[in-house]
Amino acid sequence: MTDPIINDLTIQAATVNGSGSQTANLVLTRAIFRMGIPVAPKNVFPSNIEGLPTWYQLRVTPQGHMARSDRVDVLVAFNATTWREDLKTVRPGGVVIHEESYSTADARTDLIYYAVPFSKLAKAKIPSETLRKQLANMIYVGIVAGVLGVPWEALEHAVRRQFLSKPKAVQVNLDAIKVGLDYWQDNFSKQDAYRLEPMTGAVEGKVLVEGNQAAALGALMGGVTVAAWYPITPSSSLCEYLIAYADRFRVDEKTGEKRIAVVQAEDELAAVGMAIGAAWAGARAMTSTSGPGISLMAEFAGLAYYAEVPVVIFDIQRIGPSTGLPTRTSQGDVAFAYTLSHGDTKHIVLLPGSVEECYEFGRDAFDYADRFQTPVFVLSDLDLGMNLWMTPAFQYPDKPFDRGKVLSKEDLERLAGEWGRYQDVDGDGIPYRTLPGTDHPAAGYFTRGSGHDEHARYTESAALYAGNMDRLNRKFETARKAIPAPVVDETAKSPVGLIAFGSTHVAVVEARARLAESGRAFDYMRVRALPLSSEVAEFVHRHERVYVVEQNRDGQMFDLIRLALPSELTERLRSIRHYDGQPVPADAIIEPLMETEAIPA
Amino acid sequence: MSATLNRVGLPRDAYKGAATTLCAGCGHNSITNHMIKALYELGVEPHMLAKMSGIGCSSKTPAYFVESAHGFNGVHGRMPSLTTGAQLANHRLIMLGVSGDGDTASIGLGQFMHMIRRNIDCTYIIEDNGTYGLTKGQFSATADLGSVQKKGAVNTFQPIDPCAVALTLGCSFVARSFSGDGKQIVPLIKAAIAHRGTAVLDIISPCVTFNDHDGSTKSYSWVKDHEESIADVSFIPYFEEVQVDYEPGTVRDVQLHDGSHILLKKLGEDHDPKDRRAAQRVIEEGRAAGHLVTGLLYVDPDSVDFATTEQIPATPLKDLAESDLRLTRDQFAQFMSEFA
Repeated sequence: MTDPIINDLTIQAATVNGSGSQTANLVLTRAIFRMGIPVAPKNVFPSNIEGLPTWYQLRVTPQGHMARSDRVDVLVAFNATTWREDLKTVRPGGVVIHEESYSTADARTDLIYYAVPFSKLAKAKIPSETLRKQLANMIYVGIVAGVLGVPWEALEHAVRRQFLSKPKAVQVNLDAIKVGLDYWQDNFSKQDAYRLEPMTGAVEGKVLVEGNQAAALGALMGGVTVAAWYPITPSSSLCEYLIAYADRFRVDEKTGEKRIAVVQAEDELAAVGMAIGAAWAGARAMTSTSGPGISLMAEFAGLAYYAEVPVVIFDIQRIGPSTGLPTRTSQGDVAFAYTLSHGDTKHIVLLPGSVEECYEFGRDAFDYADRFQTPVFVLSDLDLGMNLWMTPAFQYPDKPFDRGKVLSKEDLERLAGEWGRYQDVDGDGIPYRTLPGTDHPAAGYFTRGSGHDEHARYTESAALYAGNMDRLNRKFETARKAIPAPVVDETAKSPVGLIAFGSTHVAVVEARARLAESGRAFDYMRVRALPLSSEVAEFVHRHERVYVVEQNRDGQMFDLIRLALPSELTERLRSIRHYDGQPVPADAIIEPLMETEAIPA
Repeated sequence: MSATLNRVGLPRDAYKGAATTLCAGCGHNSITNHMIKALYELGVEPHMLAKMSGIGCSSKTPAYFVESAHGFNGVHGRMPSLTTGAQLANHRLIMLGVSGDGDTASIGLGQFMHMIRRNIDCTYIIEDNGTYGLTKGQFSATADLGSVQKKGAVNTFQPIDPCAVALTLGCSFVARSFSGDGKQIVPLIKAAIAHRGTAVLDIISPCVTFNDHDGSTKSYSWVKDHEESIADVSFIPYFEEVQVDYEPGTVRDVQLHDGSHILLKKLGEDHDPKDRRAAQRVIEEGRAAGHLVTGLLYVDPDSVDFATTEQIPATPLKDLAESDLRLTRDQFAQFMSEFA
């Protein structure tokens, strides 16, 4: 037998959608996390309610790598239709736990097979017929726990945690796990090299949160009071979490009154329209959607930009074009969202690179929207939004709301009613606004998407039109300096740098770590918002070559950066693109990088 | 000379707006004047009025009344969603939407229907001329079958009747009138504003430039010849005493949630405005007879509006303080610990 491989492996459970496997997967994840070992789970699921294949990948590494790995160490083959294909993904020497009835004749011989009669065990050992199908998944948790050495205490903790709101379910699930564990102990001797051993110092203080949970909490802490949405994968859970959190934290126990309105709209046009109407009337308002919804929201986005209405739009990106792969991830909306709508329209776009930033940006987006009186897009993605991520617990906000330049009745009295909705009083391009209901005769103005002068009156004047557009640009430049700056790591002091954003970050972190181990360190800049900071050009200036890594076919961020660079720097830019709908693994960065940057022997 | 002041101390002029840019003689301008009269007489506080509109000739008109009020001229056919959001943010606002037949029955039919379905508290006026004026005279979805365009083209499609659609969807206030009939429109606008819920008021408003010729069923002469009023409408706001000067037995009194009264004097038919099926029948019979039935077709004075259904607090959502909205430090710490 080879040397043991400890706490560094990827488990892949191949199951059937709708069979209850997700609960088993989560229990396994929580049990390993309980051992103090960093976990990085990814759910690869079909656009389907029941019956199609689904995979759950649970990666554990002592370093806490969070990116997807495309190499499987332990396969749990629970889907007869895909299992032969699934075998191909397993590393030589890897483990295959499979239903006994699957024939291994002429299957790969470089793997270690543990055949388990799951169906028979379930029939014999799980008395409840209604729960049998679900609980059968728990048997594989027991087998995996046996193979890898997950202690009973961790399993027990995980089951209790998973069924916090359903304590009655704890015992039956533990019993089912025990069936698997006992079967392992009675029938197998360990043939493979993989082990899990408790760790200290890696996960303390960490929690497991989905990006959409984080963004919903962020919105709640950001003071959202009107949210309108239309169901779409992978965004739906954001508003569903928001509803759940609001039911808990925003309901007056005595009166039943809700300090928020969450409306399921008839479509994305209405969803963003409601959010804009609410924001115009003074609420903090949002919508959440994905690519197809963003397409539908284009017209309203232009209105909010031009009429200067603050609104927050979450885009949990999936892969397009069109319907695309609704349950697969992408960073393909960046360029479109940035200039969403016709005419000279451009938007603030926040690019969270972790669930912690989904929370922070989800919260601060409302401040940016109010301060700059413009739509703010928060571009998360399916990988970030719908998977569980290990993260430090989020910080309580240290700043009060920034409601921006709003004139009250008293302000108007002080100004003797002299003000103009689109006047640049402070030279920062940001005008003052009033809210409907402000009790002053000069408060009212006419908001419109048509040409307007400084007093919001209709005009077709060439000079006034152009002057207003220039002011909007000034406002955008003010915003450029205020939104989250890039995070730069130039400790490598390398001539070659990397730029990435969003969920690509974790793959870059791992790629840099592995490359550094082999003596190739790279500087790194993580972009966190559009419009691009001037620091981006400075970073490129300090490096001979810079690779922009992103998850779309066309190199959208590469293009945006190239446009922002002085012409003498554009040739320094290279592009690494990953666009198959699966979260980018570190290898997809290391391999192309090594093709061009390998040191000649 | 001092102007007469209304109950909030404002003269009629306070309800005027910018000069109209619509064609001289446009029905919409008449409606604007009726609006000014109704808002002045009701004593609506201008700062509490939100004038909402979409795109088109009709949607320009909110600039022509109550200049000191806030207005929002949004995008084509999407005024209902803006109104919904604004209503949720501040349910104390008086939402007054002005739309047209294209804005409502063509591009905006979906949002129109869903606004009704949710029963957003707003007055929704359709300035209905069956034609696209700003783009120079194309048919809209309310143009009658067989009606003739100025250049001779014949409409071959069934019209969408916004009132019939509204009734089918359970709209809580449905009325129709004619832009030239101020006597009928003014009380209807007042009643619509007093009503809590979506009040749809379809006002036939001839387009003098593109749709006021012999072949048009939305011309002045056609409407004048075919209008059939189901009752004389008068409206008594909650702050005025009800003094019925009609003979008993000829008057129907509908009390609205705020204590206002709609009084209807019987004409030919004894239409009960609280009977939705009767309203549908009146519309159908009018259509069959080639009549344009005007008046208050239906009202449900007990309707529950969206903000109430949503359990919006008494303090408007937009006025809630940070302490009302953020979790406390303890709640936050407890919540985070649940993710461990």
